[in-house]
Formats: sequence, structure tokens, C-alpha cells
Amino acid sequence: MTVTQQAPAVEIDRVAVRFRAKKRDVLALENVSMDVRPGEFVSIVGPSGCGKSTLLKLVSGLLKPSAGAVRLLGGTVGGPRHDVGYVFQRAALLEWRTARKNILLQAEMRGMAQKEAAARADELIAMTGLTGFEDSLPHELSGGMQQRVALCRALLHRPPVLLMDEPFGALDALTREQMNVELHRIWHETETTVLLVTHSIAEAVYLGNRVVVMTPRPGTIAEVIDVALPRVRDYAATMSQPAFAAATSHIRDLLGAARHSD
Amino acid sequence: MVQTVDGIMRRESPSSRDRVVELADRSWRPLALLAACYAIWWAITKFEIVPRYLVPSPGTTLQVMADKAGYLGHHTLVTAYETVLGFAIAVVVGIAAAVLMVASAEVEKTLYPLLLFAQVVPKIAIAPLFVVWLGFGLTPRIVVAVLIAFFPVVISMVTGLKSVDPEMLQLASTMGASPAKTFAKIRFPASLPFLFSGLKVAVTLAVTGAVVGEFVGGNDGLGSVILQANGNIDTPMLFAGLLVMSFLGVVLFVAVEFAERLLLPWHASRRGDAVTVTY
Ligand SMILES: Nc1ncnc2c1ncn2[C@@H]1O[C@H](COP(=O)(O)OP(=O)(O)OP(=O)(O)O)[C@@H](O)[C@H]1O
Ligand SMILES: [Mg+2]
Repeated sequence: MTVTQQAPAVEIDRVAVRFRAKKRDVLALENVSMDVRPGEFVSIVGPSGCGKSTLLKLVSGLLKPSAGAVRLLGGTVGGPRHDVGYVFQRAALLEWRTARKNILLQAEMRGMAQKEAAARADELIAMTGLTGFEDSLPHELSGGMQQRVALCRALLHRPPVLLMDEPFGALDALTREQMNVELHRIWHETETTVLLVTHSIAEAVYLGNRVVVMTPRPGTIAEVIDVALPRVRDYAATMSQPAFAAATSHIRDLLGAARHSD
Repeated sequence: MVQTVDGIMRRESPSSRDRVVELADRSWRPLALLAACYAIWWAITKFEIVPRYLVPSPGTTLQVMADKAGYLGHHTLVTAYETVLGFAIAVVVGIAAAVLMVASAEVEKTLYPLLLFAQVVPKIAIAPLFVVWLGFGLTPRIVVAVLIAFFPVVISMVTGLKSVDPEMLQLASTMGASPAKTFAKIRFPASLPFLFSGLKVAVTLAVTGAVVGEFVGGNDGLGSVILQANGNIDTPMLFAGLLVMSFLGVVLFVAVEFAERLLLPWHASRRGDAVTVTY
């Protein structure tokens, strides 16, 4: 593939993050380095509190590293970046706006052409199975539906880099599978670079070209696993592949070992 | 609530008959309480537990209200005018001050002590000063109403503007939103429920402010009606004035609540009966 010759879309270079709380300092990330190629899908797994959300905030420029540097699409990150789509761990919807208007917030804030944005919103609503709930307020939606609204909002402007923090955590198993398949399709059709934080090992392996496994706090990278599966994957077929089984059991071992040494 | 085919509980839009039932259901308790108060009042005067010249009977009071409807109406309008104008100014100035204070820590540090001082100084004590400065017209009373209503507006609005979900603001910054857009589309609407709880306090205080202003200077408005009735030991008129004044406060309060329902339907439906389970 030609993408390997290109400059990385995301470069994380010996980054550390220290939070200064009132009582004690928390070292959330320590000496984390990794590159993400353009169009690559990288899954991030690790125990709770190891700094996965922190890592995504660094890449988007919402957080400044205490040490090291982050580069995104060629430029050093020195403040909030507009060229990303972000799905937070909590849906973070405006409770006075309907689902549709929450999605269109992205367009309004960016000053996108209204007609085009509306068409794109309709497309995303249909794709994520929110049809019929466009005019519902967030408190009338289930947690999983709210999370799908947040996903649509992140995709509206077709961002070159998509940052997702446990976007499917609140979904039932079947919807989650469907969303995985949809996300996979969106990704290989649009060539978007994706960083996905997840607690599901199967999800991480099915979607990722690589899976980053992190250690407990202070978060470091335990191992980066190359997933030996074709770029375009069928869900059911992937599940029965030996490469899939090998990757998931290896990640499970890594996470388990981390827990026991804790 | 009705169960629709897609299995989702939705609120049925109420028919007019349902609405009457709902209204009756909502209002019978306060009405019963009102009736009980009336009965107690009536009994106190009927059996002369308190002498008649101290507490007039409800009948006499209502009679005075009917006989002097024109007189009371005129003075009620004066007080209502002062209250509403004072409240409106307090809202505009209060919101502006809150926005400035949230926008800049410097402004906040400068304004806060001033605000606190203006709040703790007893308004009744400085009201005469305003009369000296501004004369016996409506102006000093409006000023007192503004001063007294201003504080809850600022405090509630500052609280509201600061309570915005920080993640929502982070999200806005990844959208490249200008501060003005972030304010208009996120911060301001998010603060409205807080503002309205302050407005409900402020509007009732504004009535007090206007009446205090009337006590101190001038010869119209419900405050001066009460003062005059007091001077003449005309307790039926005094009671009539008090009743009308309370009624004015309730009407204005209900008006603010109505505006809240109209402007923030999402908020009302959130805390409303949507959360109660119906079997
Ligand atoms: N703003 C903050 N102030 C202080 N400490 C923080 C802050 N944000 C995160 N932390 C700390 O940094 C560590 C990493 O947090 P982070 O949210 O990145 O974890 P995570 O891997 O996303 O966990 P989870 O899987 O539970 O979402 C945690 O120990 C947390 O307590
Ligand atoms: Mg997290």
C-alpha cells in the first residue's frame, strides 16, 4: 500500500501528561510514542484510568502535554484542532436541541452550507438507524441513541481524522455489531484516519489495522499489535479467522498480565 | 402517555377535556387552602376573637374592594408599572453584568464587592435618599425596585453561565466555533433555566421594592394606599390594599413561570410529569 510511504497523520512523540490536582499529582501518561498513518484505523485498549481519553484529548489539542510533542496532519498541535471529528465518552448533547439539530450544530459552528449539511445529516441519521427520532430531544432518547447522535455530529463535516472515545459503550450487543460494520464501511470508503478507544477486544481487533494495548496508570504502551486481516473485512467471516482469534487472545493475555502485576 | 407501535412511550397531546381535568387536578389543593384561610379569617371576625377594628371581616374587606375598585385599580396600575419597569431594567442590567463578569475575571473581581455591598445595604434605609435625589415621582420607586431585583438576576445568571458542561465547550472548540457563536448557541441557552429561577425570586422582590419606594415618598401606588389607610385606622382598606398587593405579586410570578414554559419547553418537560410513572 502506498499509504506507508506518506508522512504520518498523527505523531505522538515521547509524551507525558501530569495532572496537578489539589491533593496529589497524577501522572496519567508517561513516555508514549506512536505514529498513525493516513487512512489507518488504530484501536486503543487498556484498563480504566490508564489515560486513553487523555491521549485523544492530546491529539485534538484540547490538552497540552507536560512533556513531548504531538503532530497532526503535519503540523504541531498547539491548541484545539478543527480538522478532527470527536466523539466524547459521554454523548455531550445540548438538551434543548433535537437529535437533528444537535447533529447540525457542527455545521452551524463551522458555517457550512446549510443545504449540503442538511442532506449529509439525513444521510447519517438513516445510516445510524435514528430515522424517526430526528425531532426527539436528548432526554427522550436512550443512551445508545444519544451516542449515535454524537457519532453523526462527529462525522457531519467529513473530518480527515476521527477520534472516538468508547462511542459504542452504551449500545446493546446487536446494535453495537451493526455500528461496527457501519463504522468499518465509513472508514474504508472515506479513507479517514481513526483513533478508537474501546473496552471491547473484539471490536478493537475487528476494526483496527493495529491495536495499541496500554498499561495501567501511569499509562504507557505495552504493545502494538498488527492485525493480520485484510483491510476490508466481513464481520461474520472475520470472527472465525485464526488471525482474529490469535490477536484477541494475545490482547486478553496482555491486559490480564497487566492486571495481575498491578 | 401512550404506547405507540414502535414501543416508545410518548406524551399524548392533551385534548381540551383532558386539559380541564388536569387543571382541576392541579388547582384544587391551592383553592382548598385558600378556602380554609378564608374560613379561619371569617371565624376570627365572626366570633370576635380579635376586635373588629383590628381585623375586619372578609365580607367588609371585599365590600371595600368592590366599592373602591376604581381607586384601588388606579393605584394598583401605578405599583404594577413601577414593578414591571423596575424588573425589566433589573433583568437587562443583571444579564449584562453577569455576562461581563463571566467573560472577564477582572470585571468579576471589581464588580463582586460592589454588587454585594448594594445587596447588603438595607434598601428601606436608602430609599429616602433616592427620594431626596430623584423627587417624589415614579423614578425613586423604580430605582428601589431595580436595586432589590437586580441581585438574584445576576447571581442566577452567573451560576448558569458557569455551569455549562466543560466537555460541551471543548467540543465547540474542535468545531472552530467563535466565542460569540459558542455563547449564543451553548452558554446562553444552557444558563436560561438558572436565570429563570432567579427571575421568579426577582419579580416578587420587585413588588416589595416598588412598595418600599411608595412608603417613603409620593402619594400614589398601593404602598401609599396602605400608609394612608393605616393613618386613618381604616383597617378594611388596609386589608384590601394588602390583598391586592399579594395578588399582584402572584400574577407577576405566574407570568414569569408562563414565560419559562414557553421559552424552555425542553426544561419544563424534563422536570415535569414525564418522570413520574403512570400505571
Ligand atoms: N482533569 C483532570 N484532572 C486530574 N486528573 C485527571 C483529569 N483527567 C484525567 N485525570 C486522571 O488521569 C488518569 C487518566 O484518565 P483518563 O480519563 O484518560 O482515563 P481512561 O483511560 O480514559 O479511563 P476510562 O477507561 O475509565 O475512561 C486518571 O487516573 C484520572 O484520574
Ligand atoms: Mg476514558
